[in-house]
Amino acid sequence: MAQHDVVIAGFGGQGVLLVGKMLAYAGMRENKEVSWFPSYGPEMRGGTCNCTVVISDRPVGSPVVQHPSAIIVLNLPSLDKFEPLLRSGGLLCVNTSLIHRQPRRDDVRVVAVPANDIAIELHNPRGANMVALGAYVGSTGAVSERVLEEVIQETFAGKPGLVEANLQAFRRGVAIGRGESTQEVTA
Amino acid sequence: MAKKLMKGAEAMGEAAIQAGCRLFFGYPITPQNEIPEYMSARLPQVGGTFVQAESEVAASNMIYGAAGAGERVLTSSSSPGISLMMEGLSYIAGSELPVVVINIMRAGPGLGGILPAQGDYFQATKGGGHGDYRCLVLAPWSVQEAADLVQDAFDLADYYRNPVLILGDGLIGQMMEPVEFKADRRPCKPLAPKTWASTGWKGDRPRAIINSLFLDPEALERHNQKLAAKYAAMERDEKRVAEVGTDGQYEVLVVAYGTVARVVYTALDDLRQAGVRAAMVRPVSLFPFPYEAVRRAAEKAKAVLVAELSTGQMIEDVRLAVEGRVPVHFIGRQGGMLLTPEDIAARVRELAAGEGSHA
Repeated sequence: MAQHDVVIAGFGGQGVLLVGKMLAYAGMRENKEVSWFPSYGPEMRGGTCNCTVVISDRPVGSPVVQHPSAIIVLNLPSLDKFEPLLRSGGLLCVNTSLIHRQPRRDDVRVVAVPANDIAIELHNPRGANMVALGAYVGSTGAVSERVLEEVIQETFAGKPGLVEANLQAFRRGVAIGRGESTQEVTA
Repeated sequence: MAKKLMKGAEAMGEAAIQAGCRLFFGYPITPQNEIPEYMSARLPQVGGTFVQAESEVAASNMIYGAAGAGERVLTSSSSPGISLMMEGLSYIAGSELPVVVINIMRAGPGLGGILPAQGDYFQATKGGGHGDYRCLVLAPWSVQEAADLVQDAFDLADYYRNPVLILGDGLIGQMMEPVEFKADRRPCKPLAPKTWASTGWKGDRPRAIINSLFLDPEALERHNQKLAAKYAAMERDEKRVAEVGTDGQYEVLVVAYGTVARVVYTALDDLRQAGVRAAMVRPVSLFPFPYEAVRRAAEKAKAVLVAELSTGQMIEDVRLAVEGRVPVHFIGRQGGMLLTPEDIAARVRELAAGEGSHA
């Protein structure tokens, strides 16, 4: 595909802006054209938050995408808001740890990721965003897993304890995205 | 230097530092706070000074003083704050001093909202403050171009001894894209020593006096005419424009600036795949406005569509450029709402099919 555009959405504090930046970084390192655009507005703590990342072989036109080719939704308000906007045939990565309703669209591909449960199982409860990112990357190949792992290592270089924990979270997500792992969680 | 992923606001701050700017005076306002935030962290590292002024009026007078002393100085704000700076900007233009001002536009009028808009086009290009003056106005459409234009802005300001305004919107300030700062960048204009700067008189040269007060009407008229000659030189030498698809055949020409041009760029892609022929002219300098390029490109089209995040401001310059040769239509959103590629493509399709020709 010449262009991947994805909206990553959740509560403020779930790290959606961070994983969006990491995805854009990885794209840049692969010499792709990239843009990252955050929602900004008068939000309250705990409110919803999202960003749009575009990764393309050609110069990025609009950094705001009306109908993205993928969405990663970490909470219910985000699913409600972005599910109707997802392009037909697109990818819906849904965090089933916090979202208990089924997606309504039947013309999209759904990857169900119990992101928080996996993160808790890995003793890295804040790593749910990495699990979800992994599922997206494993499913789409928008960037290479190796390059994204390098970005994880650089991003958390100042906190060495988090590097391995987040790599593990990311890899668990990748396995789900590739369809190599079931959604079973032992935690 | 390797490419870095940066927010537009941060990239503009870094560009100013790379251009030798060591002074920033400003007052916070959304959506441009990342510029002062960045400058407050970076300037002390390079021996510069950051001051959060008590108000925008104060900030605009601080840049006035610093520019009078021959320093490269920056301020940034967003629409309501820029309005407050207009008194200082008029004095700076009258005193012929180089400053760079970044306006990350938000929706207005009044306090309006904090989301992207382009409602300050008239203010930026037609004066803004009182009196007969112009700012050179540059409008970037990407983070890289924002960084490049900020660096050029300092050279242009020094060369013309005139304020240069960077006109962006919330999108360009908040978005992250790869940006590269070239280590071997050269000034875009030849730069003379600032012998006019008021740096303390030691009796070795005529006194350098910074002033915009001319009570003698004949002297003031001479001053006005000198300024007019300077603006005419800008109109001759500083027009900047980018074009997409204007070398081919097309039925509709779209004119847009800043981030709206990005949306148009995507729309043109979609239209091309659907077999609809359209092109774009993107003014990069808004003053001086690239009238000739717009006219040339418009003459090949059967309709012109101006796309803006306002109720229609640049469209007046497009009409002046086209001089009635081709119908000029408008599409816009306001209040912080964005145009989508689908909006633009739908309107272009109508115009290409000869429909919707109510100008």
